Amino acid sequence: MFTSNPFAEISASISPAVMQTYVVLMIVLVAAGTLFDMIHKGSARYFFETWRKSSSKKGAKQLDGGEVVSIAIKTGVVDVLTSGEFCNMRRRIAHLLTMYGFVLYVITTAIMIFGYPTPATATPAILPQLWWLGGLMVCVGGYWFWFFIRVDVSAEGGSPFRVMRADLFILSLLASVTLGLVWAYTQTTGCSWAGAMFGLYIIATTVLFGSVPWSKFAHMFFKPAAAFEKRVSKANGTAENLPTLSRDDPEQQKSHSMELLRDAPMNMGLGIKREPPRHY
Amino acid sequence: MPTFVYMTRCDGCGHCVDICPSDIMHIDKTYRRAYNIEPNMCWECYACVKACPQNAIDVRGYADFAPLGHSVRVQRDEQKGTIAWKIKFRNGTEKNFLSPITTKPWGTAIPKLADVPGPSQELRDSELLYSEPKFIRMDDGGLHTLKSSGLKMKKGVYY
Repeated sequence: MFTSNPFAEISASISPAVMQTYVVLMIVLVAAGTLFDMIHKGSARYFFETWRKSSSKKGAKQLDGGEVVSIAIKTGVVDVLTSGEFCNMRRRIAHLLTMYGFVLYVITTAIMIFGYPTPATATPAILPQLWWLGGLMVCVGGYWFWFFIRVDVSAEGGSPFRVMRADLFILSLLASVTLGLVWAYTQTTGCSWAGAMFGLYIIATTVLFGSVPWSKFAHMFFKPAAAFEKRVSKANGTAENLPTLSRDDPEQQKSHSMELLRDAPMNMGLGIKREPPRHY
Repeated sequence: MPTFVYMTRCDGCGHCVDICPSDIMHIDKTYRRAYNIEPNMCWECYACVKACPQNAIDVRGYADFAPLGHSVRVQRDEQKGTIAWKIKFRNGTEKNFLSPITTKPWGTAIPKLADVPGPSQELRDSELLYSEPKFIRMDDGGLHTLKSSGLKMKKGVYY
């Protein structure tokens, strides 16, 4: 089960050309949906306007190309690859599981459909294994998020079974991946439900990739841009007008207003953040 | 129009929902991000602004004291025990403040009020407590709790 390519097995009833066209269509839907979303929300215009305003502000340091590239690399490594913007570790881990699981799952799906579409081309065992691993990672991270971490459940006391438009992405993602794994399992065991599972899997996958303008799918593109913009504004000194004074500065430590903290440790522990925001 | 959330910065952690004393910071059903459901009822207490770990909340003060071109932003860093304000006036003047919010590490100096005896008759009749309601002065048997009043807390948020 973990070493057989489910797409090669079904190539007898659905030709590889159809599967490959479907994959290309899904990619086009994502690209078109994201573009439409960006134009509709004006996010690209807002991003460039904010950057322009921030760099033309009085006192803003002009960043050179090298600094901008280094900030872009830091954004990529810290904010994108390790989801560094999350302050809560549980949310961060769930997001990393879901993100890497989805990337693994999608890439191995594409490789199996394009590179090893029929049983004639023997699929290396590692590919279906990574496909299963990716799918299971999405399921673990996704269901954990769905039942426990979602803010309307954890901070507002909403029922985990209440569904709203914001759930479109996570629900369609979980449905697509779960149905895909169930289909692969039923196909390998020769169960008669395999055909129905495949049909549901295709429906869920089409909803996932087709609903980009209405779901949170596009966040994977504009969140890195927002993180980059935040770092640029810190680097050029504007910091979105946020205060830049801090107790780390030895000059501030000596100031009159910080007299009461002269003998206090630098790490005072956690106050309101000691408990999770669950006091509903 | 008091507090508003920069939804590109909000990561949906729920700290503002938890801390708002007016119970008006809630989660948007379309984007799963925080928003102020009733700006008219906002006290501008800045609790959500200070609690937000992403600094995604700002206040749009009323125009009579907060003209266009101003900026008031705050950074509460509880691990360092400080709060910092940056106030930009419309004419370009900028003021920066840094102050402590605790002098001892959090959780180390919480007074054990249950061990302190209740107010004596003399204290109750003194100028400090004479105008307080009877249940605070412990005149009618102690503090009123939900349990003692036969009420039940309904869990969850309804809006």
